[in-house]
Amino acid sequence: MFESLQDRLSGILDKLTGRGALSQDDVAAALREVRRALLEADVALPVVREFTEKVRERAVGADVVKSVTPGQMVVKIVHDTLVETLGSESAAIDLNAPPPVPIMMVGLQGSGKTTTTAKIAKRLSERQKRRVLMASLDTRRPAAQEQLKVLGEQAGIDTLPIVAGQTPVQIANRALQAARFGGHDVVLLDTAGRQFVDEALMSEMAEIADAAKPHETLLVADALTGQDAVNLAQSFDARLALSGIVLTRMDGDARGGAALSMRAVTGKPIKLVGTGEGMDALEEFHPERVAGRILGMGDIVSLVERASETIDQEKAEAIAAKMRKGAFDLDDLAEQLQQMGRIGGMSGVLGMIPGIGKMKKQIEAANLDDSLIKRQTAIISSMTRTERRKPELIKASRKKRIAAGSGTRVEEVNRLLKMHRQMADMMKQLGGKKGMKGLGALMGKGGMPGPDQLGGLSPQDLKGLPGMGGGGGGGLPPGLPPGLGNPGSFPGLPGLPKGGKKK
Amino acid sequence: MSEIDKAKKLFGKWFGGGKAEEAAPPPPQAAPAEADESASEDSGDHAQTASALTADGDECVTPAQGTALQGTSSPDPAATQASAVEPIPADGAAPETGRGRGWFQRLKQGLTRSSNALTENLTGLLRKRRLDEDTLQDLEDVLIQADLGVETAMRITEALAESRYDKEISPDEVREVLAREVEQVLAPVARPLAIDGGRKPHVILVVGVNGSGKTTTIGKLAARYRDEGRRVVLGAGDTFRAAAIEQLKVWGERTGAEVVARDQGADASGLAYDALARARQADADVLILDTAGRLQNKANLMAELEKIVRVLRKQDETAPHDVLLVLDATTGQNAMQQVEVFRQVCGVTGLAMTKLDGTARGGILVAIAAKHQLPVHFIGVGEGVDDLQPFAADEFARAIAGRTA
Repeated sequence: MFESLQDRLSGILDKLTGRGALSQDDVAAALREVRRALLEADVALPVVREFTEKVRERAVGADVVKSVTPGQMVVKIVHDTLVETLGSESAAIDLNAPPPVPIMMVGLQGSGKTTTTAKIAKRLSERQKRRVLMASLDTRRPAAQEQLKVLGEQAGIDTLPIVAGQTPVQIANRALQAARFGGHDVVLLDTAGRQFVDEALMSEMAEIADAAKPHETLLVADALTGQDAVNLAQSFDARLALSGIVLTRMDGDARGGAALSMRAVTGKPIKLVGTGEGMDALEEFHPERVAGRILGMGDIVSLVERASETIDQEKAEAIAAKMRKGAFDLDDLAEQLQQMGRIGGMSGVLGMIPGIGKMKKQIEAANLDDSLIKRQTAIISSMTRTERRKPELIKASRKKRIAAGSGTRVEEVNRLLKMHRQMADMMKQLGGKKGMKGLGALMGKGGMPGPDQLGGLSPQDLKGLPGMGGGGGGGLPPGLPPGLGNPGSFPGLPGLPKGGKKK
Repeated sequence: MSEIDKAKKLFGKWFGGGKAEEAAPPPPQAAPAEADESASEDSGDHAQTASALTADGDECVTPAQGTALQGTSSPDPAATQASAVEPIPADGAAPETGRGRGWFQRLKQGLTRSSNALTENLTGLLRKRRLDEDTLQDLEDVLIQADLGVETAMRITEALAESRYDKEISPDEVREVLAREVEQVLAPVARPLAIDGGRKPHVILVVGVNGSGKTTTIGKLAARYRDEGRRVVLGAGDTFRAAAIEQLKVWGERTGAEVVARDQGADASGLAYDALARARQADADVLILDTAGRLQNKANLMAELEKIVRVLRKQDETAPHDVLLVLDATTGQNAMQQVEVFRQVCGVTGLAMTKLDGTARGGILVAIAAKHQLPVHFIGVGEGVDDLQPFAADEFARAIAGRTA
């Protein structure tokens, strides 16, 4: 649905390729697109204005690093500024106070307070071994108190017994008392959802805070929130002095600009994000991921994580070792193809790789999809064991047999063999150097590629990669975004090569 | 059919089909020197004012701003009335007192804040001055802040520019034009949800993302249909969220509607089947089916929704007769995506927008109306039973533009 910012900027700035530094005009043109991208990602307008100003100051006169287009340079500056604004260091929930530590949850109706309360309780009790008591102060929504009780039973967390007819302040006091008697370390107070223009409810909330003196006051807000995010965060912060924000529904497909808006206007850290309906679907906030998402640049980190979850480490390391020696046979290729299927197929992988927008269009145009992976796997399966180890054995008659066996044509068998040859050559070429490091980190060990690898491959190296150099228009800028492995070091990808120029 | 055509024509005219790319008429820069001066002086700080106002969202600024403007510009009865309405506190006890007042009053009260915020911006930046590039940019910003989206906001300002460029325009006029433009888009989609009395029951499936307000909306709907003397059955199809079933049961008790429920964790489509069977057996007029909230990018959950529809059709091929998508007014551009996917998966026939009692303006509805032409049946302006109102384009547009009757 959305074009990525990088695609857009490269359209505008392509003609500027090769100039030394970014001029005022270049930047102004780029910033118009940045503004629009941010607005489409639901970043609130006042925040967008401030942000683009900051970027302007940094970008004008900035040297364009060699081998990077001005568009990519601007994207990098935007990205870095975003990460910085979102808060570079993560902030955990602070429990450094005499127990029971009261934590109060506030937010609009339907933002996900009750679910989040239970998730946080579970996290604190499991990871930090705290005894947690949850209490629902929501006397307004039907069955809200029951909801927390049920969630408590599911997660194995104590909840305050429900007493009908009590006011929220009374419940808060009772909860603190019960926690003191019950030896709980933390008391989570789940309050009713409220509109911040509702004066009566806002003062009720302030009364609760006065009574409970929460050590942490967390605003629970929906990641789907639009322009209203600034009003929301400011209004709650003005009444309560929030200590942090929890962003829910980050598993949706919204771009999540609300994160930037709320962080920018309150200066309060985003402490946690909700990423699903399960009780464990609560994660720390990663500014780089959200920055990439806001810019529509894909989520390479998630790709790496998913890859590391689904890929057999030993196998990956074995393959990496083989590659290093230049002994990359068709069995290994088949293994690669299978692993790619597991990560989510071609489209899954492509969707997460930043800067692939242009290529993606070509690939789509060439009807290159997951069925290709299946066909290629089938071709390899139709070979004998010896053939797989020594592809050079495969001559005309063998090719015919393999094509017939896999229900494909000889051309396709040829294409696969050529692809394998190119990959093997490339592996040999890069063998033992950075390429393999990238592979090891990305595919095998599962960690994020370290900064030393980020600029590891130059665009020239990339051109050696079948299919990568052609459409992409040069390599990715060094260090963009942090944590981004070079697509070249993802060995499954050379499956793409023939896409663009299919006969 | 003809209605849709008419709507399309309107959108075509308004959103200008291919004309969108055309630039606004070239700015004739030869404006009288003095007017230019005052205008630029204004523009020097109005942007700041506008952003400061929205950023604060501070209530007490409103009346002062309003009166100050009345002093300078022509007396504006609309503004006076608006500021008279303003001090009404948004009491939590509204539902009780609500019944007495006209629905328009209540709708307006709900929308007043949002429209005031918007009006402040408009009046702040348009004090009888030339409609120039700067002004248009500011106008666009105001619309963007109402969540209309960049594209829709640009088209509206372009439409304004086409007719008014470089003409003197008063804040009052701008509001009127804006209201008219918004109404033009919304009018064709403001259609009530018509219950077909011939169907026993008329099945309404209610869908939406988590926390958009489905169950509350169902409660309010049940109250409405019960008031009309209809027999209502509610299906507690949210078998996932803790206590969602209890929540619906409470609404059943409040409204005197029968609730068909299974245990939490039960199969939602099975429950849907039961509920329809029970509603048929009880000769009910309306069956309203609740569903669990789901984000539209969760393929398995969306498939579950498809299955619910399929299962309903086993008993009644025409069911569900209405699929109501509940949208949260605070949602930004993602609402468009929600409409697209839910529509594709379960054939959404109409929309309800909740939480319009805050400062969120629900402007995305304008973009959705332009693109999808889906009827908007209801808006939710509070937590009380009576706070679900039929969607009326003119009122909504006027309220957004800050015009009263």
